[in-house]
Amino acid sequence: MSDVSQPATHPPVTDWVHDFDHTDPQWTDDPFPIWEDLRAASPVVHTERFLGCYMPTTYEAVREIANDTEHFSSRRIIVRDVRPEVARNAAPPITSDPPVHKPAKQLLLPPFTPDAMKKLEPRMRAICNELIDGFIADGKVDAAARYSKYIPVRAIAHMLGIPESDSDLFINWIHMILELGIKDENMLLQAVHEMSDYFRTQIEERRSRPTDDLISYLMNAKDKEGQPLEESHVLGSLRLLLIAGIDTTWSAIGSSLWHLARTPADRERLIAEPELIPTAVEELLRAYSPVTMAREVVKETTISGCPVKPGNMVLLSFPAANRDPKMFPDADKVVIDRRENRHAAFGLGIHRCVGSNLARMEMQVALEEWLKRIPDFRLDPAGTVTWSQGTVRGPRQLPFLLGKAI
Amino acid sequence: MAERLKVRVDPDKCQGHARCKALAPELFELDEYGNAHESGDGTVPPGLEDKAWLAKSNCPEIAIDVIEE
Repeated sequence: MSDVSQPATHPPVTDWVHDFDHTDPQWTDDPFPIWEDLRAASPVVHTERFLGCYMPTTYEAVREIANDTEHFSSRRIIVRDVRPEVARNAAPPITSDPPVHKPAKQLLLPPFTPDAMKKLEPRMRAICNELIDGFIADGKVDAAARYSKYIPVRAIAHMLGIPESDSDLFINWIHMILELGIKDENMLLQAVHEMSDYFRTQIEERRSRPTDDLISYLMNAKDKEGQPLEESHVLGSLRLLLIAGIDTTWSAIGSSLWHLARTPADRERLIAEPELIPTAVEELLRAYSPVTMAREVVKETTISGCPVKPGNMVLLSFPAANRDPKMFPDADKVVIDRRENRHAAFGLGIHRCVGSNLARMEMQVALEEWLKRIPDFRLDPAGTVTWSQGTVRGPRQLPFLLGKAI
Repeated sequence: MAERLKVRVDPDKCQGHARCKALAPELFELDEYGNAHESGDGTVPPGLEDKAWLAKSNCPEIAIDVIEE
């Protein structure tokens, strides 16, 4: 297992409109004003970085691309400095295009319905309270490192039937794939191999002793012809569930707590009106959407009147779409009781996040349990908030002081 | 003038975000994949009109119609 280190750097950006870079520290720290500038310039901007990459800046352009599987392929879903060969069954269905996408997606949907998630809720409440027990007496905490980080990883480990105590191992792989792997192909491949080996061992164990978890579910699944899935498909889907299930929701919970730490009025309102939490969660998802996906242009076309050429990647920023003032009045404000909210935090079109119901449940439970036990908290002025780089955005260090300010 | 409302989900557009079911559980149902369809023939009982409009305005795929009859 490799040590977690800092991602490699790129030359700093001086011309955001023609040379944007979503790994630049300025973007990582505060992308919102950058997106406003890009949107004012064009509905689709281009950079030569990352071997050529477009970025739609409006909700409309993002929707057009998300719904156009003819010109935009999902075979590559992360914008990187490298374009490794496309692996067969990389992570179905997120990396699948029609027509193989639909059966691969339908396989994963039943275990993630809202009803299935309701059954998981008591376990999530217990996990959140266990985590809070671990630091509540200290008066201060890094809420990212000790709370938001462990909620989704333990949830997905529980569903997959792998030890929750291996959480740090999983978190390290995700960091290598989604952050360090943007600029370091070896890091990416190493994590993918380690993850595949881990799951192969799990599959082997279940051959002699079947379980009722998601690994056994995928091992027992049959395709339309009644045949079991290829092992590469089972492994690919398992990798997807682990990768997609962890720092996405970790980031969403962290950003939500970050907002509430800085916004006492919203915090007090949610404590007084806990029934508003599900609505507030949707708004926090809109305002601080964690996930930016990618597509690869495979056929020449135009998007919102802008020509796009094959071979380039597309930084499909759902977070930027969700800040488009044409779609959302007061898009730059967090309005926790916003009624009309067609946000695209979980994507649009056929690749809608399969775990969206899980993520929503985790966010609601994480905020409910936190606010019940820690109604007063604020950013620790002696600490520093840091944000992740790349595909998923969320706080990685979130120093809080707990209790009323004196 | 009281109008009767009906909701309808376009099954080709629905991607299973399940916002409608969360906001108006009386008006929508989900299938085994989590995709939505209207309950019964979609008629909105009196008092639930607001929920019908709310579901429509929160569907990310613009898959819900509210029809005034």
